[in-house]
Amino acid sequence: MGPAEGCTVLHVDMDAFFASVEVRRRPELAGTPVIVGGAGNRGVVTSATYEARRYGVHAAMPTARALRLCPTATVLPGDMALYGEVSRSVMALFRSITPLVEPLSLDEAFLDVAGAGRRLGDAVEIGEYLRARVFDEQGITCSVGVAGTKFVAKLASTRAKPDGLLVVRPPEVMGFLHPLPVGAVWGVGPKTEETLLRLGLRTVGDLAHVPARTLQRALGAAAGSSLHELAWGRDPRRVVPDEPERSTGAEETFASDVDDPAVIHRELLRLAERTAGRLRSIGCLARTVTIKVRFADFATITRSRTLGAPTDVGQELYDTARALYDALGLQRARIRLVGVRAERLVPADAAPRQLELGAREHGRREAELAADRAARRFGAGAVRPATLLHRSGGSRQAGR
Amino acid sequence: MKFRVAREVLADAVAWTARSLPPRPSVPVLAGILLEADGSQLSVSGFDYEVSARAEVDVQTTENGRVLVPGRLLAEITRALPPHPVELIAEGPRLAIACGNARFSLPTLPVEDYPSLPSMPSAAGIVDSDVFAEAVAQVAVAAGRDDTLPMLTGVRLEIEDDQITLAATDRYRLAVREFSWRPETSGLSAAVLVPARTLAEAAKTLTSGPEITLSLSSGSSGEGILGLSGKDRQTTTRLLDAEFVKYRAIMPNESLANATLPVGLFTDAAKRVALVAERGTPLRCEFTPGQVTLRAGGSDDEGQAEERCDVDFDGDPLTIGFNPTFLLDGLAAVHTDRARMDFTSPLKPAVLSGVDEPSTDDEKPAPATRPGSYRYLIMPVRLPG
Repeated sequence: MGPAEGCTVLHVDMDAFFASVEVRRRPELAGTPVIVGGAGNRGVVTSATYEARRYGVHAAMPTARALRLCPTATVLPGDMALYGEVSRSVMALFRSITPLVEPLSLDEAFLDVAGAGRRLGDAVEIGEYLRARVFDEQGITCSVGVAGTKFVAKLASTRAKPDGLLVVRPPEVMGFLHPLPVGAVWGVGPKTEETLLRLGLRTVGDLAHVPARTLQRALGAAAGSSLHELAWGRDPRRVVPDEPERSTGAEETFASDVDDPAVIHRELLRLAERTAGRLRSIGCLARTVTIKVRFADFATITRSRTLGAPTDVGQELYDTARALYDALGLQRARIRLVGVRAERLVPADAAPRQLELGAREHGRREAELAADRAARRFGAGAVRPATLLHRSGGSRQAGR
Repeated sequence: MKFRVAREVLADAVAWTARSLPPRPSVPVLAGILLEADGSQLSVSGFDYEVSARAEVDVQTTENGRVLVPGRLLAEITRALPPHPVELIAEGPRLAIACGNARFSLPTLPVEDYPSLPSMPSAAGIVDSDVFAEAVAQVAVAAGRDDTLPMLTGVRLEIEDDQITLAATDRYRLAVREFSWRPETSGLSAAVLVPARTLAEAAKTLTSGPEITLSLSSGSSGEGILGLSGKDRQTTTRLLDAEFVKYRAIMPNESLANATLPVGLFTDAAKRVALVAERGTPLRCEFTPGQVTLRAGGSDDEGQAEERCDVDFDGDPLTIGFNPTFLLDGLAAVHTDRARMDFTSPLKPAVLSGVDEPSTDDEKPAPATRPGSYRYLIMPVRLPG
């Protein structure tokens, strides 16, 4: 029996991805706590080096709090374009090993290497090879979980972090899984965890040893049986290559709550333009536009509308987003955050396009494509709607 | 006020007037229907500053007077009354309705607060009511429904002597219909934009008499209105103050290929195939000599459908995509057994028109677009690949 017998699924996860990319760019920061995240009084941490994590800093924590925990940390605003580029290179590397690559986000992916052949060795050897290549080519580290299922592979990579590899062979699965806390299981969020803890179920082993029907009574038929299966390491989900991006969007938390509809409209325009730019850069059109509004009391609502024809034009996203917002009929409600999402994406080249009678050959879309080209040459925001001219870069630039 | 009236007559007049009441009136009195009894005449009116409607009914009046009553409630009551003569009596601030054994007492609204209806502008001419209803329906189908683009929610009405042209477009299709009428004065020339929904509703419901009188005030005061008067009923609507597209420039002036379609069979086939076309996906029409193949759907996670239909096709084979709704709207509006479609390219508008049936001799004369009749342009969907 080889060291990776029965293991064909890899979960590869970059270690402290955004922060690592920043450290690579500024080597003098190596070995120091670095936080990537918003700096304003409402900024949150999106990534932190392990040096910062040692102080208790973690993602999604308010930056202000992180700085209280770790005052020496360097806070950087983040450079999504750069992370996207690194991510694309890494994913391309994965795809050179196997076509069965399922990216979960910029910095993690499942790989099915069952068909990768003997050329590179077994799954463990492939995992080590990938770790070495990523480090050589990108100067960042990653961790790899190797197992027979996606569920176990992902848990294994989490356990292997940072800069490690863990293989969990089928006979070892129970020994690996059962001591884990229930919260580690895929699909168990804080609510479910609370329910399970109330039933006295603390570990995955506990879950495995109650009858499936008990779990189903507590959590509902589908969730209960899926949890029972997972607790026994059974996960039928396959690695689905290149799951197309389902949505893209942007949101903005205001530095202080806003009740001026004109400001909200302007922000929606900015977010719509940014979302449209992202759509064009990934070559997709959106069929549905969703807005998100978070009020001062954190109550959050979303509203969606499906467009007559899919689009990647900022003006069309904005028109819809604004109509959705206006339809809320808010009377100077205090708003903390607004977001615009483009959903139900279809590839632009495969999408039929309803033509307009007597449309100008160079319409709004062509103008926005030209703005994209200008942005590539002169930087983001080189060309933007006049309504947005009087704004500095937005509240995210607010000094700390 | 006190009068007697036939239940059916009252119910019809009230229902017709109630149609134009605003669903969310800006002031409460606008939710009312004004009843004015004067001798043997009862007039039933509604108004929301945009649209006014006034129906006249024969009644036996014992006492003249006027009351304003909640319109929708009155419409529901009159519709539900038993088949007996109805008696309406104003009693102080209430209106009593008696019919058979049924008795109602309704609160009235302050009639003195009710705005006066716009006076009917001077008559411009007369149209055949059926022709007008058909023409308006054929054109209004192409009007836009998005109120943020007022220009597209209107029907353009152009008068050029004894010809009227109606046109509407929502940017994706354009419908144009011409017909003749009898203007009051010769040489009349005018062009106005009428809210499509209101016009369609009015034209459809003014067919009880053979003729409709059109009245126009282009409004030196800027408040243009169009009046339509049929038998016992008249309505006015405020005109839209917007430019209309230069639609004549959009009409293709050449045809490189054309198909003659059996409207019923082709419509049925298109409806079946369109069942699998998700919103925003086109119906693909592949025209070859003698037939058209319709396809929809196609990607792995969608259904697929295909159907062939025999058509006469003249020209190089052509594959063109349409939004199924736009195509079906047009087919439903031509009102002929066969329709002709003219094409220039898969990316240029196709023109649908009715085909006048030739006398039943066997040799087939080249079907031609009827001059001065109906044309429905559809902008295609650019197919992927």
